[in-house]
Amino acid sequence: MTASTRKRWQFRQPSVIPGFGLALGVTLSWLILIILIPLSGLLWRSSALGWETFWAMATDQRTLNALRISFGTAFAAALVNVVFGVILAWVLVRYRFPGKRIIDAMVDLPFALPTAVAGIALTTLYAPNGWIGSLLTPLGIKIAFTPIGIVIALVFVGLPFVVRTVQPIMEEIDKEVEEAAATLGANRFQTISRVLLPGLTPAVLTGFALAFARGVGEYGSVIFIAGNLPYVSEIAPLLIVIRLEEFNYPAATAIAAVMLVISFAMLLVINMIQAWSRRRYGYGT
Amino acid sequence: MRSKRLTRLITVALLASSSQVGGLGFAFADTTILNVSYDPTRELYKDFNAAFAEKWKTDTGETVTIQTSHGGSGKQARSVIDGLAADVVTLALEADIDAIARDTGKIPADWKGRLDNNSAPYTSTIVFLVRKGNPKGVKDWGDLVKDDIQVITPNPKTSGGARWNFLAAWAWARQANGGDDAKAQEYVARLFKNVPVLDTGARGATTTFVQRGLGDVLLAWENEAYLSLEELGPDRFEIVTPSVSIKAEPPVALVDGNVDTKGTRQVAEAYLQYLYSDVGQKIAAKHYYRPFKTEVADPKDIARFADVKLSTIDEFGGWKEAQPKFFGDGGLFDQIYKPGQ
Amino acid sequence: MAHDSSDPIGHHGNSEMVASATSESRMARYVLIGLALCFVGLFVLMPLAAVFTEAMRNGAGEFLTVLGDPETFAAIRLTLLVAVIAVPLNLVFGVAAAWAIAKFEFKGKAFLTTLIDLPFSVSPVISGLVFILLFGSHSLLGPWLQSHGIQILFAVPGIVLATVFVTFPFVARELIPLMQEQGTSDEEAALSLGASGWQTFWYVTLPNIKWGLLYGVLLCNARAMGEFGAVSVVSGHIRGLTNTMPLQVEILYNEYNFVAAFAVATLLALLALVTLVLKSLLEMKFSEQIAASRRH
Repeated sequence: MTASTRKRWQFRQPSVIPGFGLALGVTLSWLILIILIPLSGLLWRSSALGWETFWAMATDQRTLNALRISFGTAFAAALVNVVFGVILAWVLVRYRFPGKRIIDAMVDLPFALPTAVAGIALTTLYAPNGWIGSLLTPLGIKIAFTPIGIVIALVFVGLPFVVRTVQPIMEEIDKEVEEAAATLGANRFQTISRVLLPGLTPAVLTGFALAFARGVGEYGSVIFIAGNLPYVSEIAPLLIVIRLEEFNYPAATAIAAVMLVISFAMLLVINMIQAWSRRRYGYGT
Repeated sequence: MRSKRLTRLITVALLASSSQVGGLGFAFADTTILNVSYDPTRELYKDFNAAFAEKWKTDTGETVTIQTSHGGSGKQARSVIDGLAADVVTLALEADIDAIARDTGKIPADWKGRLDNNSAPYTSTIVFLVRKGNPKGVKDWGDLVKDDIQVITPNPKTSGGARWNFLAAWAWARQANGGDDAKAQEYVARLFKNVPVLDTGARGATTTFVQRGLGDVLLAWENEAYLSLEELGPDRFEIVTPSVSIKAEPPVALVDGNVDTKGTRQVAEAYLQYLYSDVGQKIAAKHYYRPFKTEVADPKDIARFADVKLSTIDEFGGWKEAQPKFFGDGGLFDQIYKPGQ
Repeated sequence: MAHDSSDPIGHHGNSEMVASATSESRMARYVLIGLALCFVGLFVLMPLAAVFTEAMRNGAGEFLTVLGDPETFAAIRLTLLVAVIAVPLNLVFGVAAAWAIAKFEFKGKAFLTTLIDLPFSVSPVISGLVFILLFGSHSLLGPWLQSHGIQILFAVPGIVLATVFVTFPFVARELIPLMQEQGTSDEEAALSLGASGWQTFWYVTLPNIKWGLLYGVLLCNARAMGEFGAVSVVSGHIRGLTNTMPLQVEILYNEYNFVAAFAVATLLALLALVTLVLKSLLEMKFSEQIAASRRH
């Protein structure tokens, strides 16, 4: 692969750095072994169902409800995380206050804390007799064992995704831009809404999409707090497990395939947002 | 084909790592057998395994280690179908063992006749667990469909115990309505309208009721109800025995396909037989399972079992008929249970 | 609180609007900081506190007894074993992938990156399911494995595979942006001075990326030890043999043994905290190296 003719199609651009073959070889073999073979096994299994069976299983009323609950709660949780995640990132980047370093470190806790532990802890807090639940029950607010409980668990799981994608971009914002806006007569609100937020949009969207994608698939923390009522608070990953326990492999495979395709599409969208933001703003996330 | 070769390669690599585990010092005894069981039998088999290991040592001089795995009955059967190397299965439902027999051929289809009492060494029944003082005054099945009652039961699609709950309720309603199945269906549908949470297993449901404080009545295995009373405080709950319940027969079976590969047939068979022995029966009674040899158990243990009129699965045509009719895809449970619609 | 000299203490008025154009009023700051603290407190600190409180409910003595239980001990050992196998595998992969993706331009790079990210957004349950479909009795491989007496599912290999799958992207995702930002000039200089490829990697690239690499490994390790959904599907739950720590938490919880369940959960939470402390120390000590390329 030499760079003699510019117009010839090239798999890669020339470089003096060695090790491309080895690095890509290792990457691709591992990728094929661990990710692609297992996942194509799943797709192959669902294709073996035949289109009509597959469609009937994927559009079964209970499946549709489970998918709707998974996507609906993940969407709501991602929205909450966008609002508070941006505020949190802003506070961490711009202000100084006691305990800031601890708060900054704690944001990563949901990454590191096992989901089952999180689920049990959240249920302990939000059950009608829990620390927070017992305060809310007299007010007639029920959290655990309802879809709100699912949203709470997903907010926990998704928090770091928004903060950690937005934070570095905020740090890169040049104060001069704000000063320029102020000199030109913009007040603080205008500066934030017209100058700062648009620049943050790609990062916020990426954080939203990551939190959303993670929330849709989340299992461990949700099953403890959800109540698991079919049609009401039964999430799609739980329905996969239930179908397996009923020895209904085709239905489990069909739901899994639907979720897999959606996950993949979402990741592609995230990568497109990032590519777009790199072109438009000169930095990615 | 490439994929197959690669998979083989990784298999070899992982095998190397798995053989290391033994080397790392897990205490492997002379013989090891695996009992794959369902949720509420943990305490029973903990005791029973110790007794059996001792007896086997005395009889043969061999040390046997019994490993156990617990979970929802359906999930456990699924694991065995997918290759979990169980020597014996001790599950909540005949239908789950039938599924293993049908899907793997590792258990002969006529497994049920190989041991006494339809291969059920102990039985149980379904009772109500209510909060102390029975504040809602729950006496019998009829009370469960009142508007202000919340009933906790696991999901009959995934939990063996929940299927017995369902059939017990049905049996009562049928008898109360002079054998009318349509009325019974109406009753059970109303009952499930009062269910606020549907856990996947019996243990999850008990935790929801006991630990989370949800619901007024827990439909539970008799043994499970007594155990939670013992573990979590008799000052917080009490047991109500309904006028009619069902004779729940949790069956046991040898997994021929696995014991013959592993060469553990002799010890596994002895293990199951021992459940029928005086010692086995006594241990079962101690853990609130109803033994069929009541005379060998501690009279104090036997006295705890309330006298209740028990219908049987035969009244529903046996599990081969009841399973698809009530709990199959699109079966009666699917028809009556549609919350949020 | 903040000591920004450009911040006049507050009455409302035009003069303040101009002065505060690059910073919010003190009031707004308090409100924002308050909101952020409440949010973190409610969603992150309270659950953590709940775990520790429940574990210590019956005193530290019982806490320690519980951890001495042989089955719990076996679960801890299995969890460590799985992490010891899974993390290095993904470490090697992550470095190779980052090298290929960050140092070279080639066709299909975006697609490759998406594939590497995939396990991130695949439900853990599906991650377990794919291995059931691949190695279970109903699969193509199942009968062959069975006739050769090879146990993958419900044994250590299956648990390792599911863990590797779930933690697949962690190291690579940490390294790719870091190495992209550092560019290739250091390596090019080393090569032009006559260093071999391996020498360049060991003495130039590796020192540049070591902190990012370490952080990636820490996160990968935390996730490997804490994975629940995927492992639950392939484990078989054999007591003392195939239960990892998160599964042991569930089992103890289901046995009404709440103190013990929370005690094991505490170990996992401590692991998470140690991970975070190490990460913060790394950032504090090497802030210059990291600040330039900080993503996490």
